[in-house]
Amino acid sequence: MSLTTQQPPAAAPKNVNRLGLTMADYKGAESTLCAGCGHDAITSQIIKAFYEYGVEPHRVAKLSGIGCSSKTPAYFLSKSHGFNGVHGRMPAIATGVMLANKSLISIGVSGDGDTASIGMGQFVHLLRRNVPMIYIIENNGVYGLTKGQFSATADLGSKAKSGVMNDLPAIDVCTMAIELGCNFVARSFAGDPKQMVALLKAALGHRGTAVFDVISPCVTFNNHEGSTKSYKYAKDHEELLHEISFVPFFEQITVDYSDGETSDVELHDGSHIRLRKTDKGYDPTNKGEALDTLRKCQELNEFLTGLIYINEMKPDFLTLLNMTDEPLATLPQERVQPKEDDLREIMAELM
Amino acid sequence: MPNQSPQVLVAEEEQRLNGGPVINDFSIQVATVNGSGSQSSNTVLMRSIFQMGIPVSGKNLFPSNIAGLPTWFTIRANRDGWIARRKEIDFLVAMNPETAREDVMNLDPNRVVVYEETLKLDQYRRDLAFFPVPFAKLATEITPDSRLRKLLANMIYVGVVSELLEIDPAETETALTKQFKGKAKAVALNKTALDIGSKFAKQTFDRTVVPYKCQRMNATKGKIIIDGNSAAALGCMFAGVTVATWYPITPSSSLCETLADYMKEYRIEKDGKANFAIVQAEDELAAVGMAIGAGWAGARSMTSTAGPGISLMQEFIGLGYYAEIPTVIFDITRVGPSTGLPTRTQQSDILSLAYASHGDTKHIVLVPASVEECFQMAYDAFDLAERFQTPVFVMSDLDLGMNNWMADPFKYPKEKFDRGKVLSADDLKRLGSFRRYADVDGDGIPYRTLPGTNHPAASYFTRGSGHNENAAYSERPDDYKRNMERLNKKYETARQHVPPPEIQYATGAKIGFLGFGTSHWAIIESLDQLQREYDTSVSYYRLRAVPFTKHLAEFFERHDRVYVVEQNRDGQMGMLIKLELPAELARKLRSIRHYSGIPIDARFVTDALLAAEKGGQN
Ligand SMILES: Cc1ncc(C[n+]2csc(CCOP(=O)(O)OP(=O)(O)O)c2C)c(N)n1
Ligand code: SF4
Ligand SMILES: [Mg+2]
Repeated sequence: MSLTTQQPPAAAPKNVNRLGLTMADYKGAESTLCAGCGHDAITSQIIKAFYEYGVEPHRVAKLSGIGCSSKTPAYFLSKSHGFNGVHGRMPAIATGVMLANKSLISIGVSGDGDTASIGMGQFVHLLRRNVPMIYIIENNGVYGLTKGQFSATADLGSKAKSGVMNDLPAIDVCTMAIELGCNFVARSFAGDPKQMVALLKAALGHRGTAVFDVISPCVTFNNHEGSTKSYKYAKDHEELLHEISFVPFFEQITVDYSDGETSDVELHDGSHIRLRKTDKGYDPTNKGEALDTLRKCQELNEFLTGLIYINEMKPDFLTLLNMTDEPLATLPQERVQPKEDDLREIMAELM
Repeated sequence: MPNQSPQVLVAEEEQRLNGGPVINDFSIQVATVNGSGSQSSNTVLMRSIFQMGIPVSGKNLFPSNIAGLPTWFTIRANRDGWIARRKEIDFLVAMNPETAREDVMNLDPNRVVVYEETLKLDQYRRDLAFFPVPFAKLATEITPDSRLRKLLANMIYVGVVSELLEIDPAETETALTKQFKGKAKAVALNKTALDIGSKFAKQTFDRTVVPYKCQRMNATKGKIIIDGNSAAALGCMFAGVTVATWYPITPSSSLCETLADYMKEYRIEKDGKANFAIVQAEDELAAVGMAIGAGWAGARSMTSTAGPGISLMQEFIGLGYYAEIPTVIFDITRVGPSTGLPTRTQQSDILSLAYASHGDTKHIVLVPASVEECFQMAYDAFDLAERFQTPVFVMSDLDLGMNNWMADPFKYPKEKFDRGKVLSADDLKRLGSFRRYADVDGDGIPYRTLPGTNHPAASYFTRGSGHNENAAYSERPDDYKRNMERLNKKYETARQHVPPPEIQYATGAKIGFLGFGTSHWAIIESLDQLQREYDTSVSYYRLRAVPFTKHLAEFFERHDRVYVVEQNRDGQMGMLIKLELPAELARKLRSIRHYSGIPIDARFVTDALLAAEKGGQN
C-alpha cells in the first residue's frame, strides 16, 4: 500500500505556513556555538519542522539541561518560553511543566552527557512515565562544553583528540528507550536534514515521550580521525532503515495501492508518516524487530537511522493521572479551593 | 534572682502525690514493640481523655524499623493545658519484655506500672504500685487467632488503664468507634477486648490506690486533634495547590500521603477528573525539579521532604532562587544524617534552609509552632512564593509533623489568593512589552509571564543568573551585579510580608527567651514554672519566619540577655540572629540547646536558664 498527498484546494500564500507565520517567526537568537557544530544543524531543522508543521509558538515550552546542546533552545523559537535548567534534570522540569499546563508542547534538548550520565536517572523515569514531549539528544560522544571529555555514548575504541582510547562500552540510548517502554524512538544524523525534519514532524504528531537521538558531531573536540562520532565516520557508517516522509493531518492523503514499497503509520494527531522501504522491509511497530536490528547494527559498528520504533496505542502520563482538561496552572480559585463547608466537615471529623 | 531550693520542690511533689489523687495532671507511657498494632489503642486512649474535656498531647517515640523494635507512646494529660513533653512518667504500661526492666527502673518513686503478668516486674522495685495483668491469657478468651490476639492485647490495656484512671467508659467506646469507623467487625472485636480489660481491672484491683484520676472538665470542647503534617496538607489543599511532587522520607511522607487522601475527596470535579496532580518522583532531585517546572509554568506547586532530601535538592533550589520561580518546599526536620536516627526530632536544618544552595542565596523560611500554624503557614507559603517568585520553605519537625496535637478548628481562609505579578495576554496588549527582570515597582519583584500566554511579547528565556533585565543572555559584570542587588531588595521587601513574631514583654524583665517551632510549648510552660516557682519574669519572642523582622533588634535592645532556645547542638538560629544584629546587641545573645532527638521539655529550659543566670551574667 502506498500513499500520495494532495495540497488543500485553496493553496496558502508562499513563504507562510498554515498560521500565516514565516520561517523567521520560528527563529531564535544568534547561535554562539562553534561554526560547523552539529547542534546548529539540528536547530535549523527544528525551526523548519515547527514552521512547516505550523506549531503555534506561544504554545511551545523549550526546555534543556546544561551543555552546548542545552544552550540551543535560545537559538530557535524566540516567541516561545524557554527554560535552561540544571545539568541532567530537564526531564523533571518538563514533567512539572506538563503537569502544570497540559496544553503546552514541550521540546527538550539535551546532550549525551546531560542524558546518559548525570541525567540517566531522570531520563529513565521520564520514559517510564511517558510524559508527552519531544526529547532530543544531540549526541556527539563528548562533553562539548567542558572541553571534550568522553561521554557515556562514546563508542568502545573511539579515540579522543588527545589520542586517548575509550575503553568502556557505549550506552545506546535508543535501545534503552525502547526497553523502558518509550513509544517513539528515532535516530538521525545532523548531516541528514531531510530525514531530521520528517522525524521531528512525526514526533510532533506523537502523544507521549518521543526520543530523538541525533548524531551531532562536535567539530572542536570529536571530529577527527579515530572518532566514531565525526561527520565522516557517521556518513560512512549510517544504516538507513527507510526513507521517511511526513503527511501532516491538515493535508489530504490519497491511497495508492500500486506501490508495494511504502508503508504508512498513522500518528495520534491524524498525521501520517510514510516509510519507503530500503532493502529489508523494516516494521517500526515491531518492538522485537527494533531491538534486534539495533543490536545487529551495533555489532557491525553501524548506526541505524530512521524511525526505529513507534506505538501509538499507549496512554501518556497526563492521561493516566486523569487530570481535568484545562491547564492546572490557571484554574480559578473557586475551582481549586474547597468550600467553607468542606473545611467544617473535615474539622468535625477531627473533633 | 529569687531562688527556691530543690528540697522545697521535692516536698511539693510529695504533697502532690500524698494529698489525695492527682487530678488531670499525669503522663502515661505505653512501652511496646513497633508493628504490634498499638497505635490504634493509644489513639483511643488519648481521645478518651480528650473527650472528657481534659487537655492532652500524644508523642510517639518510635524506631527506624517496621516491626520488632521498642516504641514508646506518651500521653500527657494536663488540666492547665501544658502540652509539651514532660520528662517524668507517672503511669507505665509495660508491654515490651525487652525494655520492661529499664522502663521500670527509670520511674520516680510512687508511680504506677501496669504490665504483662509473666514479666514479673514487681521484683525490681518496692516503691511503685504494680498492676499485673495476664494480657496474653485474657486475649485467648476472645479469639484463637494468635495474630489477632496480639492486636487485641493492646485494646485490653486500654480497658485496664481506663478503669484505673476512671476514664468514662462511654468516652472510650466513642473513641473506639471513631477509630475503627466503618469496620463493624473490628469495632465489635475491639469492644470485647476493651470490656475484658476493664472488667478484669474492676474485679482484680482496688483503683482507689491509683494516685491519678481523670475527672471531666470543659477544656477541649470544640477542639480537634490532628498531626502537623495533616494540618499542613489541609493548608495546601485550601491554598489551591495543583501540583505536588514528593519522594517518601520520614517524617514527611504523611504530608503528601494525607494530601492525596484529602484531594481525592475534595478536589475531584463533577466529571470525575482531578484538578490536581500528585506525583511520587524517583528521588528528591526530581521531586523539586518537577515542582520548579510546574511553578515556572504557573501552577501552585509544592514538595515535601526532610533533611536528606533538602541536601539533594540544593542545586535546584539555587536555580529556583536565581531564576525566580515560585514553589513551596516543606522540610519536616529530623536528626542527621540519612543513615542516622530518622525517627528522632530536631530543629537542625535552619542554616541549610536559610542559605540553601551554592552562590549568593537566601530564602524565606516559615516556622510553624502549632498545627494551626502548619495549616495557616502552608496556606501563606503559596501566596508568598508567588508574590516573591521564589522557593519558600515551611520548616516543621518530626514532633510537630507526626505527633497528635490538640487545636482549635482551622479557620477558613476567606481572602483571595495572591498569585503575584503575572502578566496576561491582555496586560501585554495594553503594555506592548515587558522586561522580565526589571524592578518596575521598586520592591525588587519583577513581572513574569507564563508559557502558553498568547501574545508575541510574552515569551522570555529563563536561565540562572546570566541575563540582563530583558532576560537576554549576558555575562556583563554590571548586569550580574544589578540583578543580585535586586534579588537582595526582594528579600528585604519580604521582611514586611512574612509572619511577624509573637512577643510577650514581661514587665520589668531583664531577660528574654527567643524560641520557634515546637520549642514553643516547652518555653511557655517554663515561663510559668519560672514565675510560680522562682518568681522570675522572662519575656518571650516567638520567631515565626526568616528573614527576620524589625522587631528582633528591638527585643534585644529591651533586654540584658536573650536566651535563644533551640533543638540542635550548634545553636543554628542563634548564629543566624548574630549575623543580622549589630555587635552590641549580638553580645546579649545566650543559647539553650536541646539535642538528644527527644522533644525538649519545660524543666530542661527552666533548669538551663537558671543555671546560666546563676553561672554569671556577662
Ligand atoms: C552539576 C554539574 N556538574 C557539572 C557541570 C559541568 N558541565 C557542564 S556541561 C557538561 C557536559 C555536557 O555534555 P553534553 O550533555 O554531552 O553536552 P554537549 O556540550 O556535548 O553538547 C558538564 C559536565 C554542570 N554544569 N553541572
Ligand atoms: S565545543 Fe563541540 S559541541 Fe560545543 S559548540 Fe563547539 S563544536 Fe559544538
Ligand atoms: Mg555531548
